[in-house]
Amino acid sequence: MAEVDSGPVEPQARHIVYCGVCTLPPEYCEFGGTAKKCEEWLKEEEPELWNRLYSEDSLNANLSALSVSAQERAAKDAKKKEAKAAQNEARDAERKAASKVIIKRVERNKRKHVTVITGLEIFGLENKKLAKELGKKFATGSSMTRSAAGTEEITVQGDVSEDVKEWLGEVYGSKVPQANIELVEDKKKKSSTAAPAV
Amino acid sequence: MFKKDIPSSNRSKVKSSVQRGLRQKLLETYPGFEPYIEEILPKKASLEAVKLPDRVTLYTIDSTPLFFQPFDGPPIPHLRLVHAFPSALPTIQIDRGAIRFVLSGAALMAPGLTSPGGRLPDAENALEAGQVVAIKAEGKEEVCLVGALKVGTEEMKSKGKGIVMDEGHYLGDGLWKMQLD
Repeated sequence: MAEVDSGPVEPQARHIVYCGVCTLPPEYCEFGGTAKKCEEWLKEEEPELWNRLYSEDSLNANLSALSVSAQERAAKDAKKKEAKAAQNEARDAERKAASKVIIKRVERNKRKHVTVITGLEIFGLENKKLAKELGKKFATGSSMTRSAAGTEEITVQGDVSEDVKEWLGEVYGSKVPQANIELVEDKKKKSSTAAPAV
Repeated sequence: MFKKDIPSSNRSKVKSSVQRGLRQKLLETYPGFEPYIEEILPKKASLEAVKLPDRVTLYTIDSTPLFFQPFDGPPIPHLRLVHAFPSALPTIQIDRGAIRFVLSGAALMAPGLTSPGGRLPDAENALEAGQVVAIKAEGKEEVCLVGALKVGTEEMKSKGKGIVMDEGHYLGDGLWKMQLD
């Protein structure tokens, strides 16, 4: 950095803590539908702020600002929202558990292969970015393509299926459980009687 | 405006001449940002434009969103920017009862502002229709909504009902949740 005569400019931006669960500023967590989780998170990460926001006094102050009927309505609404959020989450988890990442080795020539990976987007990974990363990692061509069915898949040149599995476990192990990764081999149709890919 | 989640889309570098123009425009619209402009939008930084639905463009530096600009309107700062520099925009306040509606994307209505929990500026500092304002909530420190007023503040006081802001950028909407890396 070049030195300026007027001296370094103090950064004036306020630094704000955002909730790690619902991304809102913590004071708005109660409206996010995941209030309980947010509170726990805040207690762990920012005890000071938690003290200020969730102390008896501030809770009471919040309540007294509304009429009784409005309070009831708000509480009901919050409950509904919370239930919905919980339901969504459960459904999401279920879907994740049921779905599989399929790493398919497709024969291109007698001794050349490409690796096709599908099903990553369900686990919250972005195909396009991941394709680039894979290409870098294995020093090979790698791109996101759309299959005939319209689903997204990553095509990596070369047979890297085993390596991809290992790499996924290493880098994205927290997102994609190893048990949900499946290796499949797909021979050229004419040379084998394996089930044709539809 | 951004009720739905926004899929990540293409971004492109902004020409430096356009960037200068934008900077000028931003300062013209929001004199309050003047003292901080070097920090928000340094001259050397490379600004990027991200296309959002409905002909809105979002401007970012690296992965920090700065402000968005509807096709024909003035630039409106992103809430994160408003949080960082709360004094830059004129602020009005809504009562506690209105927060949950605002945060679920409803249009802002006048009673939320005129009731005892709300706060509007005095007659001499009245805000005109079309002015971009930040909206705070009763008992909260941070701003929860930013957008252009549809009705002047004096008219709100005299009428006391009706829609005040049709579409704004609120906490937890698609733009707020957008992934920018």
